[in-house]
Amino acid sequence: MSYANAQSKNVIWDWLTTVDHKKIGILYLAGGAFFFALGGLEAILMRIQLMFPEFTFVQAQTFNELLTMHGTTMIFLAAMPLLFGFMNFVIPLQIGARDVAFPFLNALGFWLFLFGGLLLNVSWFATGAPDAGWTAYVPLSSMSPGQGLDYYVLGLQVSGLGTLIAGINFLVTIINMRAPGMSMMRMPLFTWSSFVASMLILFAFPALTIGLLLLMLERLFGATYFAVDFGGNVIIWQHLFWIFGHPEVYILILPAFGIFSEVLATFSKKRLFGYSAMVFATLIIGFLGFMVWAHHMFTVGMGPVANAIFAVATMAIAVPTGIKIFNWLLTLWGGRIQFTTANLFALGFIPSFVMGGVTGVMLATSAANYQFHDTYFVVAHFHYVIIGGVVFGLFSGAFYWWPKMFGYRLNEMLGKWFFWLFLIGFHLTFFVQHFLGLIGMPRRVASYLGGQGLDEMNFISTIGAFLMTIAFILLLVNIFTSTKNRENVADPWDGRTLEWTTPTPVPEYNFAQTPLVRELDPFWHEKYEGDGKMKAAEPLGDIHMPNGTILPIIMAAGLTVASFGFIYHIHPLTISGLAITFGAMFVRSVKEDHGHHIPVEEIKRDLGGGKNG
Amino acid sequence: MSSHSDPSAPLQGGPTKSTERKLKRESRTQLVAFVLMIFMTSLAFVSIGSDAIPNGFAIPFILMLAGIQVVLQLYFFMHMNEKGTAWINIMIWSGMFVAALTVGALMFLLGIVKY
Repeated sequence: MSYANAQSKNVIWDWLTTVDHKKIGILYLAGGAFFFALGGLEAILMRIQLMFPEFTFVQAQTFNELLTMHGTTMIFLAAMPLLFGFMNFVIPLQIGARDVAFPFLNALGFWLFLFGGLLLNVSWFATGAPDAGWTAYVPLSSMSPGQGLDYYVLGLQVSGLGTLIAGINFLVTIINMRAPGMSMMRMPLFTWSSFVASMLILFAFPALTIGLLLLMLERLFGATYFAVDFGGNVIIWQHLFWIFGHPEVYILILPAFGIFSEVLATFSKKRLFGYSAMVFATLIIGFLGFMVWAHHMFTVGMGPVANAIFAVATMAIAVPTGIKIFNWLLTLWGGRIQFTTANLFALGFIPSFVMGGVTGVMLATSAANYQFHDTYFVVAHFHYVIIGGVVFGLFSGAFYWWPKMFGYRLNEMLGKWFFWLFLIGFHLTFFVQHFLGLIGMPRRVASYLGGQGLDEMNFISTIGAFLMTIAFILLLVNIFTSTKNRENVADPWDGRTLEWTTPTPVPEYNFAQTPLVRELDPFWHEKYEGDGKMKAAEPLGDIHMPNGTILPIIMAAGLTVASFGFIYHIHPLTISGLAITFGAMFVRSVKEDHGHHIPVEEIKRDLGGGKNG
Repeated sequence: MSSHSDPSAPLQGGPTKSTERKLKRESRTQLVAFVLMIFMTSLAFVSIGSDAIPNGFAIPFILMLAGIQVVLQLYFFMHMNEKGTAWINIMIWSGMFVAALTVGALMFLLGIVKY
């Protein structure tokens, strides 16, 4: 056991080798924000193309690539990593842990996501991006010429592996690393919903892995799972994809629900209404998320009984979601509501998300779905739930946790401008798309004819997209100009949960002494029933922390090299890439690494001088 | 987990009476379970080998036996019935539940007959 603190000399090396959950959370946020901007750029290019009938801003093929990459990037490379960023930073702090259960795997998960995402986007500069839609239905995807779809398959396989690792990591962390007194029913809702989302990841991602593997074998090695002439079945892909894909949208929305639960309770100055009902509803939503995948396939021809069963199951999800909505409303009821930017996003979320939910129930009506299927009505629905739910949640969480993560508060004035512009732009963009869909504009079309009643609404929609773009630029301006607001960052919002008990910046070990949890919302309890400080569950002592390591990045790079080998059929490259990965695994297995201890003197020094706020 | 104990220290003394009794019970359980497994495996082989089961029911029958055997092995050999395995039980069973429902639904949906 060494006391040699393995801090490196070099900042960049420090970030490349980090296994600290807070740094990995920030890395996830940075990576996710990069891909979020990329996905937004793709979206705005598409909206410009659809601004006028028969416009020729981009080619039809480019449009297909844009829409595929927009969906893939936003779901896999923006929304999930951004949520993982918050989960990584916040969950260990909320449960009173010093780190996640598997710090090494945490770093590996991040690097796999980043390399997978970069691999996917290399396709723009190679032979063209994937062009079969983010759902990549066969045979369109299995027959697609060029290497675009190969990039899709391997990029998603690599980043999906990272996601699966991260999900398992959070499951084990939440089960095993809770502070004394932090029972399951005292956990903050964000931790609870992330826990359920991690369960969904554990059960859903294998289906995607298998689906992508079949598609890879089909495209690269001439298999015939989906080739009807050889007795294959194209519907298998749709089932496998949606068995993953439907839980995926709940993986996205549940942590966002958790963020709203934290934010609304904090800014109403009330404990969350119906905590146990919220937990129960989260679990039910998680379970039902698995049982409804075929509602994406009502028009495939599954037959009336199957359609009816899935229609009813889908409508049933409205019940636990409704429970959650009413609980949020009742949390606000009678509270002292503060209209901070974070809370504005949470308040804007409730009506926006309900509108998306209502169109969801409409789509679940399997008979009516024959009319809605593959029209802009569907596009409007899922943008309402994903932007009005997940993206609002991410922005809300960003404004809420920013002081704790980065040590400065974002400007509220700019933040409110950002919120209102984004809210108006979002509704302007997508509200009219419901009607575009109802009068028959299909999804995924690169252009449309004029004089069919589609012109004005498409133009309005594009104006809204511009507004959202301006709003996002305001957020970026806010991030870079607010760095001087450095006072009151330890507990800026009069927080209720354990993450606000730590000093800012949060020390490497999070808690000098593991806190003792005595109640739901433990920090609030100590503020109003105790003396305002957490009770310690252990004496002050040396703290054991893991060492940083460069191996995760090497493993991820090896898989990326192997992916290029697969895409271009260069077997030596494949073998060398896999050799790099397995070599790194071998090193990890045989090299003893016991971590290091932080001596008690250093902790006492931090406690003496490191407090601000 | 605490840094006050030395995991490499040599063990001294023998097990207590109650531990001995527990170990005895444990080994008896293991032995009985092992015999049961042998019996079930042979049952599967014999039932197919001797045509005792009608052809249509043969595959479901051995799948059923396999399922029972997996569960028994999880509880007897993998110690899933002991203290501190609550989460393991929850995760394994919810995974099985979701998988069973999914596979069942897929068999129902991917068939030739449309319901």
